[in-house]
Amino acid sequence: MPNFEPIVGRYFTIYVEGQPCRIYVEEAGDGIPLVCLHTAGSDARQYRHLLCDETITKNFRVIAFDMPWHGKSNPPPGFRDNEYRLTTELYKETVMTFCRAYDLVNPVIMGCSMGGRLTLHLALEQAEYFRSVIALEGADKLEPYYDLSWLHRPDVHGGEVCAAFVSAQIAPQSPDEYRWETLWHYMQGGPGIFKGDLYFYWHDGDFDDRSPRINTKNCPVYLLSGEYDSSCTPERTIDTAERITGARTTIMEGMGHFPMSENPELFKKFIYPVLEEILGA
Amino acid sequence: MVLNKLKDQVNGNKALTERGKWVSLSFTFGIDNDDYLISIKNGKITQIQKRNLATESGIFAIRAAKSTWIEHWRCIPKRDFHDIWSMLPKQLITLDGNLLPLIQNLQFFKDLIASPRDGKD
Repeated sequence: MPNFEPIVGRYFTIYVEGQPCRIYVEEAGDGIPLVCLHTAGSDARQYRHLLCDETITKNFRVIAFDMPWHGKSNPPPGFRDNEYRLTTELYKETVMTFCRAYDLVNPVIMGCSMGGRLTLHLALEQAEYFRSVIALEGADKLEPYYDLSWLHRPDVHGGEVCAAFVSAQIAPQSPDEYRWETLWHYMQGGPGIFKGDLYFYWHDGDFDDRSPRINTKNCPVYLLSGEYDSSCTPERTIDTAERITGARTTIMEGMGHFPMSENPELFKKFIYPVLEEILGA
Repeated sequence: MVLNKLKDQVNGNKALTERGKWVSLSFTFGIDNDDYLISIKNGKITQIQKRNLATESGIFAIRAAKSTWIEHWRCIPKRDFHDIWSMLPKQLITLDGNLLPLIQNLQFFKDLIASPRDGKD
């Protein structure tokens, strides 16, 4: 028999905005559910190292799923006639529908980039449901710095350009093997999907006006940001932390925008203490 | 002068020139107030010359301060200086002209410009 990884992958269907969405999910481990949300334009493969980390999976049931339109999850029927655009409401409904379909009780939710931003929305609106939220590279507000139309047009290869744009977000110290694996995920994204996700991350999902209302006594908030992240910069993360009383902040030196996939070994140094604190709470 | 070595560094990188095999154009590379025209044919640099006349122009231009490029070419650059796309939000570079060929081959141009990064710091 091959030396299988501990990850188990399965499919099931949820209904979001009345539409069936066939979802691909991977999980490993036992204990407190830890739901993981991938970045814009990528998929849950970003979490493969966490899913295989026994230090984590001995205490946490790590669950990572591909959002509809991403990875091995299907777009809804009729997708061809609709431009993909992730709104805040659609994103929240998708994640909450997933969690409820999975029958999760009091899970922790961790997201990166747009997923990190969403966890802040959930910390406010679903504080009773989530045990705590971990926002990786998930400041409550960003400023766009390039024209999104470059990401989806017939005279530019979508996969190549998405990867080339986000390669700037990876720290120069990160191992080449994982840098290019992270970028490979971007090269495989569907047409217009990264662009559609950035509608949430850069525009619709701004949350700086509501983040001060998060009560971290009800739902603890952990913010982790990579030194080399040029969109969710350390400064933006610190600004976010200042708006959320009681938020715990870690600036990850030598790390970029994709901590769990670009440098999984270094990420352990930063995520282990957070998970230990959650475990001990 | 870093640009004196750029041609050999790029042309000696087979993987890079292979990735750029569809690129044949000239672009303007600015260091402080000096512009240079970098000409490429099938992914290889054919010429790098100082721009002396306004009529000598690349299809697009990438310009930054000399201190920015020096930091960019260090083995481990400081954050914001490590990639031309991370320089954008900090306004450390300017882009002008027809950006289509740049965007179509963005990773190639990023790697070409970063070629002087020689592993020594």
